[in-house]
Amino acid sequence: MTAPTVAHPAELGRARLRKEDARLITGQTNWTDNIVLPGLLHMAFLRSPHAHARITSVNVSAARQLPGVIAAYSGADFADEQGSLPCAWPVTPDIVIPAHPPMAVDEVRYVGEAVAVVVARNRYEAADAIEAIEVDYEPLPPVLDIRTALDEDSPKVHEAGNKSFEWVFGNGDIDAAFSGAPVVVERTYRQQRLIPSAMEPRAVVAASTGDEVTLWSSTQIPHVLRVMLALVTGIPEQNIRVIAPDVGGGFGSKLQVTAEEVLAVLITRKLGRPVKWTESRSEGNMTTHHGRDQWQRIRIAADSDGRIRGLDVDLLADMGAYLMLVTPGIPLLGAFMFNGIYKMDALAFKCTGVFTTKMPTDAYRGAGRPEATFAIERTIDELAVELGLEPLELRARNWIAHEEFPYTTIAGLTYDSGNYEAATAKAKELFRYDELRQEQAERNARNDPVRLGIGISTFTEMCGLAPSRVLGSLSYGAGGWESASIRMLPTGKVEVVTGSSAHGQGHETAWSQIVADQLGVPFEDIRVLHGDTQVSPKGMDTYGSRSLAVGGMALVGACDKVIEKARVIAAGMIEASADDLEWTAGRFSVRGDPEKAVTIGEIALAAFAAHNLPEGVEPSLDSDHTYDPDNFSFPHGTHLCATEIDTETGMVTIRSYVAVDDVGKVVNPLIVEGQVHGGIAQGIAQALYEEGVYDDAGNLVTTTLADYLVPSAADLPSYVTSRTESPSDNRLGVKGVGEAGTIASTPAVVNAIIDALRPLGVSDVIMPCTPERVWRAIQSAQQSGATS
Amino acid sequence: MIPSKFDYVRPSSLDEAVRALADAGDDAKVIAGGQSLLPLLRLRLANPELLVDVGGIDELRGVTDEGDSLLIGARTTHYQLVHDPLIAEHCGLIAETAETVADPAVRHRGTFGGSLAHGDPAGDLPAVALALDATLIARGPGGDREIPAADFFVDYLTTALEPAEVLTGIRVPKLPGWGYRYEKFHRTAQAWATVGVAALVQRSNGQVANARIGLTNMGPVPVRATAAEDAATGAQASRDSLRAAASRAGEGTEPPADLHGAPDYRRHLARVLTGRALAAAAGV
Amino acid sequence: MTHITVTVDGARYADDVEPRMLLVHYLREVVGKTGTPIGCDTSNCGACTVLMNGESVKSCAVLAVQADGADITTIEGLANGELHPLQRAFHEMHALQCGYCTPGMIIAAADLLRDNPHPTEREVREGLEGNLCRCTGYENIVRAVQRAAEAGATS
Repeated sequence: MTAPTVAHPAELGRARLRKEDARLITGQTNWTDNIVLPGLLHMAFLRSPHAHARITSVNVSAARQLPGVIAAYSGADFADEQGSLPCAWPVTPDIVIPAHPPMAVDEVRYVGEAVAVVVARNRYEAADAIEAIEVDYEPLPPVLDIRTALDEDSPKVHEAGNKSFEWVFGNGDIDAAFSGAPVVVERTYRQQRLIPSAMEPRAVVAASTGDEVTLWSSTQIPHVLRVMLALVTGIPEQNIRVIAPDVGGGFGSKLQVTAEEVLAVLITRKLGRPVKWTESRSEGNMTTHHGRDQWQRIRIAADSDGRIRGLDVDLLADMGAYLMLVTPGIPLLGAFMFNGIYKMDALAFKCTGVFTTKMPTDAYRGAGRPEATFAIERTIDELAVELGLEPLELRARNWIAHEEFPYTTIAGLTYDSGNYEAATAKAKELFRYDELRQEQAERNARNDPVRLGIGISTFTEMCGLAPSRVLGSLSYGAGGWESASIRMLPTGKVEVVTGSSAHGQGHETAWSQIVADQLGVPFEDIRVLHGDTQVSPKGMDTYGSRSLAVGGMALVGACDKVIEKARVIAAGMIEASADDLEWTAGRFSVRGDPEKAVTIGEIALAAFAAHNLPEGVEPSLDSDHTYDPDNFSFPHGTHLCATEIDTETGMVTIRSYVAVDDVGKVVNPLIVEGQVHGGIAQGIAQALYEEGVYDDAGNLVTTTLADYLVPSAADLPSYVTSRTESPSDNRLGVKGVGEAGTIASTPAVVNAIIDALRPLGVSDVIMPCTPERVWRAIQSAQQSGATS
Repeated sequence: MIPSKFDYVRPSSLDEAVRALADAGDDAKVIAGGQSLLPLLRLRLANPELLVDVGGIDELRGVTDEGDSLLIGARTTHYQLVHDPLIAEHCGLIAETAETVADPAVRHRGTFGGSLAHGDPAGDLPAVALALDATLIARGPGGDREIPAADFFVDYLTTALEPAEVLTGIRVPKLPGWGYRYEKFHRTAQAWATVGVAALVQRSNGQVANARIGLTNMGPVPVRATAAEDAATGAQASRDSLRAAASRAGEGTEPPADLHGAPDYRRHLARVLTGRALAAAAGV
Repeated sequence: MTHITVTVDGARYADDVEPRMLLVHYLREVVGKTGTPIGCDTSNCGACTVLMNGESVKSCAVLAVQADGADITTIEGLANGELHPLQRAFHEMHALQCGYCTPGMIIAAADLLRDNPHPTEREVREGLEGNLCRCTGYENIVRAVQRAAEAGATS
């Protein structure tokens, strides 16, 4: 029996306003820090002021005496039970994964690492008490630069040395590609360290009753966290409940198993009282995992007509002091995307993961793919200059043509669908590309101190994490499926239980739209439940732009099963054969006799009453489905950015920004557009404003939003966005979109800056392209007499 | 995130405030709008034992027309500086500059006196007070004292105010007919000035009769760019001449080095921005 | 401890508080107005923005004792039986995703429109320079404020 299709989906593509909004716009929110429980105590952490040091003594006795303080602990107090924070992605068999105690016992390896904790009656008393703790340290030398950390004489972060792993991948004959190549371009790029900076600081509340422990956490991964807590603490998994209440943004930074979560669980069990911890922003900048941080050496070989022969990528990736949940895998997620949208004969990739005495890095919006896209899109522009080709022309000569999809790339991925030509043509038109090129030429001709640059980014990305088999082949610790349950209530309403875990993405709305279409039930009659492992017991959570492409498919599969169960019961109710029934928009009717029909709501009630069900049929329509995708999804797009540069000061202003993205079929265009806007903003911020900076002693300098410059509305342009639509091959034709904007935008901006300054002899500016760095690049080019 | 403990008084008169400060010695701080002080308290970079809240003292409010000058109460908020009709008419440089400080919510609380008494050379208003040759009026146990702006900013976050003194008002000259401009260069809208330039120009026919230039974030205290002022005085009121005069703006400065600029870049910015500010103030 | 009397969303409260207690903590933990969140410790993010005597202030940069005698409106007090035009506009223009910045953003926008009932796009962006959002990229927030302005929202 073939799965029923929806003939005229009313909700697919509809700009439904969000169900989530009602509570969010009125302040009726449930952030973790709002949670109050009887007897609640507050935790505060004492953190290392040293980037690297041996802990010789910790004395909490004075802190324990202070009024309101119930307990104070050092790492030694938890040494036996706290275990090690997990790394679930051992990318190579010989990878070095150091022990990572949630609270440091003998040694600290980054500024901010937890050394002691107090538990007090309120947060003010806790804050005072940590000042009474005495810790003696023996400072050790910091390790701060991955380019020198592998030298013989470098100080060591860990006994085993500073190299965690080396991962190599390749396809095609790279030597042949380069030998005899008419054009070879070699560049080095810096992907600076970023601090994800979700607006809600992390918070946890842990409470235990007898054997059971409940953890509320501002997390993206309640299900994964539950499993990990069981593995780390030894508490039986069935006795752990994890709840993600309202979560104020994640962007990958809350895809983690943290010291504070583990310790909160251990402490609540020890004390028998609920405990809460909320980070301050400056605490969080130091101790919420960081993003990016790579040095990239890129070589590209091409024929004289611009056809790319091969690409050679050599990455140094800064792991930070420890490997956290998926730290070593992040650069590898980009490994298969350095070739981007282009065809080529050979690809070689090597990544070395290196330890430093800094906060560990891990997932941050795009997770490996922005790094890859930046490298290839910058390099394509460099290659275009070398060849004297128009940069869009060079791209067009190498990209996968529309007719060639599905296409298996040199990296071994099969891109499902795409139309780079159409997206680019549309972007050019919206951007007024030719006009701007004309204006640029005029400004250059008259040596205007304000230069105009045009930056291009034609990207694709692999998302919808992920086919479990592929994850297994990469040694990733979990699968990539997603789960959904549909419950048909007797009054005809529907409860949808999803394993995805939204933190702003609008799943309650979009999932209602999908189920409304599939089951023919009104949008308003559907409630989506998520985020609590007791309410949604099964899931793989939200990251990697996976929830629609994978979670949405789980919904569709569950709906299919509901419909099939309903068919059998409907047949009994109408007294027809199941094969003679047609399903459209929420009802079964007899083929050729549409008056003989019964709605899904009537069937649900009949199942509930169970008075008259056919022999052997379960009195329930409720169904589950777990969906494992057989491929990633590959959204793509063309982003164009126009920058004006005041060459006297180095100030960069974005004059216009156009994004044409193809994310396949769209369930809710408002949500999709919103994701693109937000993604673009973060990518622009990487290009111009943000950097997590450590000083020579290993102190994080950018601890506050006064120094780590997350831009406001006044610092960003308006975006013109549009779409093309190349459906994916899943049932809804959808792809992911959450990270696409960020992946695309950073190279669009930087390419625009370089494009503006090339006539002055500048060929690169290291990100963030601050006014000072832009100005210096101009000075340096002019002093060396380089002009073009 | 959470300040250390402190005691708190909210006197209803200026003399009461002075007495409270005198009794506390070095351990007390005045709080007005708190927009500079509260972040320091929250990060525990400042740990006073007593806060003396001057928020209830009416004598510190209001803008008075004194004929040749305005007397601006220390508790006048940045928002009020932007919107006050007397300031708009007679001392537009203050209004223009105040509008660039931080963001609207901060401007509703932060005060003119607070900014000056805090003495952060990266703040915008100290350089303006310096450029205007303002007079700062303080009340202490011994009575009232008038301190010229040139003597007020002593060192980084250190002013000439004694521990028991409260800044009560700022007298600014009207400077009728002078043009003005505050050029603020910063990386984002909320960010502190990497460099700021307050320029006042008095024109006489096609020439600059007088020029005053105050620099933000070019040293441990706000600085007058006197070499550039001298070069601009008597110069043609034209962009090129003023650019030339501005080339001396970095002289005598000790700009800091931080994430947003090294000293040489800051000196360069000071030159460029001074040229632009002088030109705008001269109306060319 | 210092005694304060504060009106919050139309109701009066009398409490003894430590002088160092931040207004935002007073609102959230003493008065129970958890609708106003905390996002940073240097008054940059604006999530904690409330109206104090009719003007927007960052409640993390005000001591509760400084609010003695003041009239505070939080996001929870903005609607008056029905949604404030800004709340409605934010909903209709999809100007929020995770919602964490939203209370502060709406209050800041309300203050902006009080001061400038018909702002240009540039004026909206500058009026919101003190409120950070990590989700929306601000595009729809700007559209929402302009929409509310057209609908005649002036406070």
